[in-house]
Amino acid sequence: MSLQHVTTTVNGDATEFLCDAAETLLDALRDRLGLTGSKEGCASGDCGACSVMLDGRLVCSCLVLAAEADGREVETIEGMAGTGELHPLQTKFLELGALQCGICTPGFLVAAKALLDENPDPDETEVRYWLAGNLCRCTGYDKIIRAVLETAADLREE
Amino acid sequence: MELEFTTRTTFDKVGTRPPRPDGTDKVTGRALYGADLAGADMLVGKVLRSPHAHARILAIDTSRAEALTGVKAVVTRDDFPHIGPEGTVKGEVEESVWDVARNVMARDKALYEGHAVAAVAATSTAVARQALKLIDITWQVLPHVTDVDEAMRSDAPLVHEDMITAGMDPVPEEPSNIAEYRKVEMGDIEAGFAAADVIAEQSFRTEAAHQGYIEPHACVASASEDGLAELWCCTQGHFSVRDMCANILGMDLASLRVTSSEIGGGFGGKTTVFLEPVALLLSRKSGRPVKMTMSRDEVFRASGPTSSTSITARIGATRDGRITACDATLRYQGGAFPGSPVGIGAVCGMAPYDCPNVVLHCYDVVVNRPKAAAYRAPGAPMAAFAIESLLDDIARKLDIDPVELRLKNAVKEGSSSVYGPTFGPIGFEECLETARDHPSLEAVPGPNQARGIAAGFWPNFGGQTSVTVNVNTDGTVLVSLGTPDIGGSRASMCLMAAEELQIPYERVKAIIADTSALGHNDTTGGSRVTHSAGLATIEASRKVIDIMKRRAAATWDIDVDAVVWDQGCVRPSGANAGDHEPLTFDAIAAMASATGGPIAGHAEINAEGAGASFAVHVCDLEVDPETGRVTILRYLAVQDAGKAIHPDYVEGQYQGGVTQGIGWALNEEYIYGSDGVLQNPGFLDYRIPVASDLPMIDTVIVEVPNPGHPYGVRGVGETPIVPPLAAVANAVSRAIGRRMTETPMSPPRILAAIDGTS
Ligand code: FES
Ligand code: FES
Repeated sequence: MSLQHVTTTVNGDATEFLCDAAETLLDALRDRLGLTGSKEGCASGDCGACSVMLDGRLVCSCLVLAAEADGREVETIEGMAGTGELHPLQTKFLELGALQCGICTPGFLVAAKALLDENPDPDETEVRYWLAGNLCRCTGYDKIIRAVLETAADLREE
Repeated sequence: MELEFTTRTTFDKVGTRPPRPDGTDKVTGRALYGADLAGADMLVGKVLRSPHAHARILAIDTSRAEALTGVKAVVTRDDFPHIGPEGTVKGEVEESVWDVARNVMARDKALYEGHAVAAVAATSTAVARQALKLIDITWQVLPHVTDVDEAMRSDAPLVHEDMITAGMDPVPEEPSNIAEYRKVEMGDIEAGFAAADVIAEQSFRTEAAHQGYIEPHACVASASEDGLAELWCCTQGHFSVRDMCANILGMDLASLRVTSSEIGGGFGGKTTVFLEPVALLLSRKSGRPVKMTMSRDEVFRASGPTSSTSITARIGATRDGRITACDATLRYQGGAFPGSPVGIGAVCGMAPYDCPNVVLHCYDVVVNRPKAAAYRAPGAPMAAFAIESLLDDIARKLDIDPVELRLKNAVKEGSSSVYGPTFGPIGFEECLETARDHPSLEAVPGPNQARGIAAGFWPNFGGQTSVTVNVNTDGTVLVSLGTPDIGGSRASMCLMAAEELQIPYERVKAIIADTSALGHNDTTGGSRVTHSAGLATIEASRKVIDIMKRRAAATWDIDVDAVVWDQGCVRPSGANAGDHEPLTFDAIAAMASATGGPIAGHAEINAEGAGASFAVHVCDLEVDPETGRVTILRYLAVQDAGKAIHPDYVEGQYQGGVTQGIGWALNEEYIYGSDGVLQNPGFLDYRIPVASDLPMIDTVIVEVPNPGHPYGVRGVGETPIVPPLAAVANAVSRAIGRRMTETPMSPPRILAAIDGTS
């Protein structure tokens, strides 16, 4: 099996890696690039723990082939905080205790940021439906939904 | 343990909501979970699993797999040392080493579909997968049984041909699938029912639900040539993992060091071992580190769900609503091995009520399903489903408000509990009154809508715990814990240490130390950590204070009795003690080297005094009569926390438990085909609640201090999953005018109930 050469941009940095033709983007991020912030909860597109942005679109990286990242831009949870400063969503999740075990948290944050980039003023139902592809088994979603709504409100005030 | 205390009621830091010490790593993706460790030279391990629900393994031929390039080790049953049947290791419960050893690798028979039969370590996932296909197994397929009632029949296929029911008198002559029978009895059941004016009776069934943690099981094992080994894994109890692996593999405990990674949910399901002993063997055989992770499919097929159950129960009450008698027969399957939580579940069902006459017949049954593991308040939600449903029927028959009925019968301080002890101060009545008076109950249910009420109980546990509190020379403090933190417990321990030491919360950090760094710690489970590790943290902090007092007294050259600890400083106790400027915590920490060396307090305890926990839930929902679909409109969870150390994480436990309970009530189930093969081993078909299924979940934290803890703490994690099955069932039953008796209450079941065809 010969490996494929992929040239891509990850969190703003030019990045190259070799991967198997059948390898998912999630596996390449985790195993080839050491970016283990994206998690595998199901490998079938059902849990959202592997959420990343691909050319500005929210995707499950377990459903994308690594080779598809060639020539495109990938953003992962590792790129979400600015230098030395958390994204307001990250701060709010901490402030409201919107995580327990935290395994779902990277996926929720990436997905929530994608929502707020698109719709700065979502109502509760919109947040709930947008995040319906992200499973959390610990929190009952209550504090997560509140954190997203409050962050949206804070950002609108800025 | 001789920790002297009076329970405090005023606090400075406890009860506030600061960010948790491990939080930033978790929102940035930096935190390392089970599957996140990478090492040089690491191999990938994969497991071959039985495609059959029940089959004898006549032969295993691994030669073709071993010959494949890139395969570095293959293990089967032949690689496991022989061990006797007597040993046990305490995880969340006492587990038989013999059983667990057979669960992690099948011996003469595969006992369920998904049972491990061989494993390989190879240079890549692709090679490992290919190698599994090259392992040849000669099977003799046997008849199987997956249903608990069918398994109890005398003509059922036997899961273990030699299993004689324990606890029966006389001892049965024939083997069966009933592992154990247990009877709990108090009072005079006949007289109790004779005194009843109304009786409610019903049979109930609950299907198995999986804990559904989002992080699949994962570990990295590294065994070296000198017999030592290291293991990294996501677990609720790394000390139990060490003990179990060492026992299965014939190692001594000092030779195996286990580090618990961050853990992505457990709920009881990560209190035992699956991959870990196999990974250690593969590493030993290959001489290289081996990483193993389960796929989601494997998590469903091979890691422990909870029991499915079949319960028949009968409750009698007087006209004015006093419960006079309860008898119940509870049948829980524990999967392919004994150990279902039927005993504890049975008593939890009736524990909230002062009922003088009780008989509980408990059957622990084996079937061809994965070995059941603990799931949040193990066994209690199913029994509560039955009992709380019958109480609702009695309330309706007597036309009494369901909360009032429960208030009339609620246990209080001094009531004797069905499981033995007499209750100390408990908050059940307070929970009922708080629920009754809550503003959310002002909403009046509309057409096809109804309200369901149910209560729940969990006894909570203490157990072995070891904590070290290290004071650094700059006055910061590090707390080393041995209880994996699943939902914010490090924050709670830091709060308790900061409270006790009277220093800022930000000056305290906590870590989960590995098995070589602390004395034994029992597993995180049974809602024991905030209580037990809290006790140990407080005791260790008090030892720090004692040392600081001695250091200050020595510095001033006065007797230690002449100094006091006050506001984070040591001061002379009075004018006679001399005129000395108070020494601050930081100042004494800075002088450590000059005054006798490092300052640290540690505590090794077997915690007692766990405070019983009660909850009351109110569920408002709507049933679509066309489709049978249920929409949860409002949900209120009221629970006694004793004292909420970090209220965010207490509320989070309530909300999370409620949500798991709603999933179990409405959607979640293990579906087996007639071939005994699990048909829904993925999140698409085993549907857990998603954000759009739910409303906000209201919580009220009641605080009736537990006198067994210096701050009044009661464990909070288990109880929230106990009432929802019944709360939802009572609401659905009221909405459609028919009693629901089975979970999940999926749309087809609700439609059948509406049509009267169920
Ligand atoms: S791992 Fe990609 S959606 Fe679950
Ligand atoms: S916090 Fe554990 S799965 Fe969401």
